[in-house]
Amino acid sequence: MRSREQSGGLHPTVILWMAVGMLGFAVLPWYGVEDGFFGLSWLFEGYPLEFAPALVLSLKGEKLWLAPLGLLMAAPLLLWGRQKSDPLFGKLLVAIGAAGFAWMLFQGFAIGLRGWQFGWLQGLFGELGDRQFGMGYGALLVGLAFLFLFSVGLAARGAVGGDVFVVSTIAFVVAAVGLFIFMPILQMLANALVTEDGSYSVTTFLGKLFSARLWSLDCLAGGSRCGVAWNSLFLAVLVGVLTTVLGLVFALMVTRTGFRYGKLLRALTVLPIITPPFVIGLAIILLFGLSGAVTQTFSELFGIQPTRWIYGLPGLLIAQLLAFTPIAFLVLIGVVEGVSPSMEEAAQTLRANRWQTFWTVSLPLMRPGLANAFLLGFIESMADFGNPLVLGGNFDVLSTEIFFAIVGAQNDEAQAAILALVLLAFTLLAFYAQRFWLGKKSYTTMSGKGDAGMHPQLPTGLKRAVYGVAGFWVAFTIFIYATIFYGSFVKLWGVDHSLTFAHYVKAFAVGWNEFGIHWKGSAWSSFWTTLQIALISSPLTAAIGLLTAYLLVRQNFAGKNAFEFGTMLSFAIPGTVIGVSYVIAFNVPPIELTGTGIILVLSFIFRNMPVGVRAGVASMSQIDKSLDESSLTLGANSWQTFHRVVLPLLRPAIVAALVYSFVRAMTAISAIIFLVSARYDMSTSYIVGRVENNEYGIAIAYSAVLIGVMLAVVGLMQLVVGRRNIGRRGHELSQSRTNVSQPAFSGGS
Amino acid sequence: MKTALLRSAALAALMMAGGASAQAESLTLYCSADEAWCQQIKTGFEEKTGITVDMTRKSSGETYAQVRAEASNPKGDVWWGGTGDPHLQAAEENLTEEYVSPMRGELHDWAIKQAEAAGNKTIGVYSGALGFGYNKDLLAKNGLPEPKCWADLTKPEFKGQIQIANPNSSGTAYTTLATMVQLMGEDKGFDYMKALHKNVNQYTKSGSAPIKAAGLGETTVGIVFMHDAVAQTAAGFPIVTVAPCEGTGYEIGSMSLIKGARNAEAAKKFYDWALTAEMQGKAKDVKSFQLPSNKAATVSELTPDLSTIKLIDYDFKKYGSSEERKRLLGKWDTEVSSLPQ
Repeated sequence: MRSREQSGGLHPTVILWMAVGMLGFAVLPWYGVEDGFFGLSWLFEGYPLEFAPALVLSLKGEKLWLAPLGLLMAAPLLLWGRQKSDPLFGKLLVAIGAAGFAWMLFQGFAIGLRGWQFGWLQGLFGELGDRQFGMGYGALLVGLAFLFLFSVGLAARGAVGGDVFVVSTIAFVVAAVGLFIFMPILQMLANALVTEDGSYSVTTFLGKLFSARLWSLDCLAGGSRCGVAWNSLFLAVLVGVLTTVLGLVFALMVTRTGFRYGKLLRALTVLPIITPPFVIGLAIILLFGLSGAVTQTFSELFGIQPTRWIYGLPGLLIAQLLAFTPIAFLVLIGVVEGVSPSMEEAAQTLRANRWQTFWTVSLPLMRPGLANAFLLGFIESMADFGNPLVLGGNFDVLSTEIFFAIVGAQNDEAQAAILALVLLAFTLLAFYAQRFWLGKKSYTTMSGKGDAGMHPQLPTGLKRAVYGVAGFWVAFTIFIYATIFYGSFVKLWGVDHSLTFAHYVKAFAVGWNEFGIHWKGSAWSSFWTTLQIALISSPLTAAIGLLTAYLLVRQNFAGKNAFEFGTMLSFAIPGTVIGVSYVIAFNVPPIELTGTGIILVLSFIFRNMPVGVRAGVASMSQIDKSLDESSLTLGANSWQTFHRVVLPLLRPAIVAALVYSFVRAMTAISAIIFLVSARYDMSTSYIVGRVENNEYGIAIAYSAVLIGVMLAVVGLMQLVVGRRNIGRRGHELSQSRTNVSQPAFSGGS
Repeated sequence: MKTALLRSAALAALMMAGGASAQAESLTLYCSADEAWCQQIKTGFEEKTGITVDMTRKSSGETYAQVRAEASNPKGDVWWGGTGDPHLQAAEENLTEEYVSPMRGELHDWAIKQAEAAGNKTIGVYSGALGFGYNKDLLAKNGLPEPKCWADLTKPEFKGQIQIANPNSSGTAYTTLATMVQLMGEDKGFDYMKALHKNVNQYTKSGSAPIKAAGLGETTVGIVFMHDAVAQTAAGFPIVTVAPCEGTGYEIGSMSLIKGARNAEAAKKFYDWALTAEMQGKAKDVKSFQLPSNKAATVSELTPDLSTIKLIDYDFKKYGSSEERKRLLGKWDTEVSSLPQ
């Protein structure tokens, strides 16, 4: 990917992508192979006549609609001997790339399992008499080649300063997001307009959209309950605000009070993030429910009649605060640490006291972190599925309504799509409110200049309050987790409290037979699948997320806002909707993925990518652009700059993205419940099955094991990626802490 | 970019080891009963025939949604278990295949009636009566009388003691609603639901959640299928199962062949095997207490004996149709659930 001028022949980047394209067209099988993406049996089963490459098909006179792709792939040869600066060079490549990519999509969608997919094509050409299956390796490489040839062309025409790497990356991300987020979601939302008899109607749609069930305000007027939309919104705002406050409290405690047990606190805050769904909710019921241990103790001590107060808003709020505060903490810790002490020292030099410094300098500089923490809490709460299912009581929220609109007795996909639309509208609103609040101010504090100060301590009053709040939270969390741990060892919670290892044995027994280790326990199969899928998807998620962040912060190009919106969209969409839309979109050619492990990996990548993006954006907007500029001035190109300068400074963001996506892949439930298949079952769907079947012991024991595994992997990831060092701060004040991570939403550029 | 590609290539190489394996005869089974039962069926069929079974366990609603989403390119071959309504709906929407098994002669009438209602696109494999269960410890603690009839549940002393699922999301609760309408007539049935509404502490999302809550002591009474309540007792919870004195409705757990199945032959083999007395008699070993559809199948002594329960003549065709369902649910929404409690 060099921009050096060539004296003759063909530009090397063009050669590279032509070779890739030719490999896809002439060597690898064009269509998908039955035994999975990574199966190799096609090599031995009649290749190249069976599982044929497109070239072989064309030579045999079959599927002739693929032949133009080969011609287009050879077309860049026309550029032989032309300079990159030649206007024809760019024009031709753009034309070839665009035509090739468009033709691929068109033929893919136009010809399906039953011949022509569209009536007008049938009318135009008559019966096709042939059909095609989902695309495979060959199609994948050819598609990529066209995409990148197009990018090289664009760059040659001067787009984004003529930088091939940047243009290619943008094109790649746009294509991926378009294919794996927009296409399925649009297909799903198109369902919102469909009526029961299969026709489209706007009036029915509007009637459902503004129904009382969604928007009624009865509860304010003393009625029984409010609309589902208000419930969700109210809960999400509450959770967003409270998690932000709690997260800030912890972040301040760790960085600015000389607190010694930061490591312990971090470990503790990581716990809720890596806890599989349902478990916290279940533990809360076992403790605070009508017959819960705490409730019973209280009612005996004080003679109060036990109630079901925990079901509904109170229980949901407690469970979600427990689960999502750590996310806010991880967002804020990076930002709080990143605020340069120089600014604060300047304030103090100018005679501000600690309070004034805190309120007028430190806190405003943390605004991107605060806004992002709120947004994450808000969205997480909106999309949360496990807790409302267990603890919701009669307090209905959108996410569970969507799920039951699809799987419940009504089977109303249109209703689900409408609810999803409302949910999406709320999240987008929050997203824009956040951007508006941040405005166009600069929050850059990390620059190439000297930065040797130390963070000031908090004012004493604030320090005490911080310790109090954090102490209570920590005690509560420990209590909950002790309950979970204990629960995995008792025979039958609430009935028989004798201790047993039976649950662990049933799930994770290992035996020996003539073939070596025999995984006897019922949980092993889902356990290995989950681990494998999570380990594959998390580095991919981090890579695509950080690349996107780099584009957003460091590059300027037309349509950047739309681009940012597109990459963030999937985060605002509840998993249930993603799951169903993936099944609808990827069950049929051209992209046929249901029942494979790939669909799980893809759903994780595109669902979790926004966190990688935000973590990267937050970190990068604190790193002064002058660092990049000096690298560029010294002769490095944009790839080298990214690789050598930006990337090392991004280590916390990398860890954040890696950890988050790994953990999400291990604990997600709502999306994958539609995507798991017999061969690829995941732990969470296994756990849900156990809970449904009343085997709480096994569910909790499995969760406990998962928590242990995740802790180990997360620790390993931190060790491998390492940490960044800024000034003296990394060495002195904070010997006890490592930079776990700092995923954060900031205003973008 | 480069790193991303390199990484994925490296991971792809790592994955290859697991991928390649020869394909023997296989079957993809969508199973909508509980995990242990589904596992038993999977291994039972594998041992019997040597056909590899890929089994996915999901609730009947989820499976129905999946079968529908996959309609133009079916991945599953046979769908076993789960309440009959989604099976009937799938038949109505032409998602399942017509088949008359040679095993029919051995089945109870209700299983065949179910098949006839759907043009032979489904068949009954088990059935269970609706009823309720109560937590005897909580009942004693609250000094409540033992409920024996549907009418007992509307007594004022049961205020806040009863849980039932929301009929909008659960087939079990919809069966309850349809049962009341058929048992008492539509107006009286809705009057009953309104009276019950005053005593309900929570409408759960899933059908069996009320009895699980009762098992944990979170509610006194849960309205569920009786076999679900019996399973709680068998698991060790202090639950007593009641067959309501007025009579009650029931569900027919069904089985369907998926239209356009890739392994149609194996699916039919499975279908016939699943109707044998030998296969159905094993359900009790995994603590499933539904009544098998094969007359000769042995049952556990805990299984509620349908012949001693007063059953109504449940009209599955009428109350399983989407139209009637929409109408009743709409009426329930406006007339019952909106009332103050």
